[in-house]
Amino acid sequence: MIELLQSIWAEVPLVLQIVLKIVVIVVPIMLSVAYLTLAERKVIGYVQVRIGPNRVGPRGLLQPIADGLKLALKEIIIPTNANRFLFILGPLLALAPALAAWAVIPFSENVILADIDAGLLYVLALASLSVYGIILAGWASNSKYALLGAIRSGAQMVSYEIAMGFALVGVLLAAGSLNLQDIVLAQEGSIIHWFWLPLLPLFLVYFISGVAETNRAPFDVSEGESEIVAGFHVEYSGMAFAMFFLAEYANMILVAALTALMFLGGWLSPFQGIPGLEYLFSWIPGFGWLLIKMAVLLFLFLWFRATFPRYRYDQIMRLGWKVLIPVTIVWLLVVAVAVLAQLAPWFD
Amino acid sequence: MNIEPILFYLFSTILVISAGAVVTVRNPVFAALLLVLAFFTCASLWILLEAEFLALTLVLVYVGAVMVLFLFVVMMLDINLTQINEGFTKYAAPGIIIAAIIVIEIGLVLGADKFGLEHYPNPVGHDADYSNTKEIGNVLYTVYLYPFELAAVILVVAIIAAISLAQRRRRDSKYQDPSQQVLVRREDRVRIIKMASEKRRSSGEEDS
Repeated sequence: MIELLQSIWAEVPLVLQIVLKIVVIVVPIMLSVAYLTLAERKVIGYVQVRIGPNRVGPRGLLQPIADGLKLALKEIIIPTNANRFLFILGPLLALAPALAAWAVIPFSENVILADIDAGLLYVLALASLSVYGIILAGWASNSKYALLGAIRSGAQMVSYEIAMGFALVGVLLAAGSLNLQDIVLAQEGSIIHWFWLPLLPLFLVYFISGVAETNRAPFDVSEGESEIVAGFHVEYSGMAFAMFFLAEYANMILVAALTALMFLGGWLSPFQGIPGLEYLFSWIPGFGWLLIKMAVLLFLFLWFRATFPRYRYDQIMRLGWKVLIPVTIVWLLVVAVAVLAQLAPWFD
Repeated sequence: MNIEPILFYLFSTILVISAGAVVTVRNPVFAALLLVLAFFTCASLWILLEAEFLALTLVLVYVGAVMVLFLFVVMMLDINLTQINEGFTKYAAPGIIIAAIIVIEIGLVLGADKFGLEHYPNPVGHDADYSNTKEIGNVLYTVYLYPFELAAVILVVAIIAAISLAQRRRRDSKYQDPSQQVLVRREDRVRIIKMASEKRRSSGEEDS
């Protein structure tokens, strides 16, 4: 049976094979985006001693479907004097990089769409593109609140990208490769061998700048409901608004996946190297471990939003430039020396 | 069928058209966006040349950072095109002459006798395990070490100069110093005074 399927698969033209693989990756991402919104409302609900959505379907499980249908049926209003072309292009440009980056994410050993050599650089380059959607949407809306949101977001993203990039340079130094699969394999051994320990400051910096890059609370000044209504997407409605929503949550999942891959051992089991437990949990596939790690990190995203008040704009800039960037630079030197000294057990 | 030439001509066409449109479109925001498109297609061409490190760095640095700041400035400008176009006829003739001289000079330097096809054989394709990133790193830190370090020093000087230029503090602007804000303790702001309770006087004065 498997041989038959394999022979059929080999007959399929290459382009169609790639398209099918993309569908297999994108559809689950979209579904998890939908259910992440439900998880967010539920988690924040329980944090605030509420129940959260529980009306649509059993225990509110169909709520995201209802939300999606509602948004799809709404009218897309284009403001007068708005730039039509850029107004529509904005949400598209926000969503496309968030999905394209998944091409180089290894879900398990050799389970990867494009095993390219400069995977880390590719991810960083695409992450830097996601700001265009927001800036264009803010400008094309022809609204002062939207423009303010776009400008805030642009300044914030450019600032935190530097800290993010430096944190990734640390990973590159430690792993000696830009290939995401090699980076995970360089962490093989045990939970101690994962990069979260030798790169602990970079791990924290990366995750914090990841939260800032996705414009999530407490760094969501570009939306800032209390000051500028909803920031860059204040003029958007219906599906166009839903695209921004999808992009934000897809970016969250992406940051969670990248953090898990680069600092938490990706698909590696946390019980590796522990005699009894390793055998006991060997039934969980690598992909399962990656999912668990991503779920924990995503929960942190939701927890942050429920806990922290929004940063003031100058505080965001101060944190990015005066705290995170110096920390990364110092720790890069430490990692470089450790790699040169072949410090055990990570770099030997 | 080899798909590479098709991709090359597709990308080159987009690149040339978008680069030309950068200087011809009227809306400056569109001009900046077309420049982004030009950089992006240029990066695609470099990937065809197996220079993926340079291509991704181009996207990362120019598209992801430089052009964002560009757009940032352009979006906030209110450019009056009629004012700019006023002197067009006056400056057209000298402009054309200068442009023609530049084209001729470039042609003299970059002529076919020095940069013709016979001087540049087709680049050899590399194996699947060839890493452009590693190659660049090897060359950069061995053969070109001194120029590389020199460029780094010049960049640091430029950064310091830029910061010192932007660092004038205006005396009339109010500025919050977060490091001082963080250090504030309750004792600095609130004073709790102990005092004996006073006796109530007559009932008529109570409300005053």
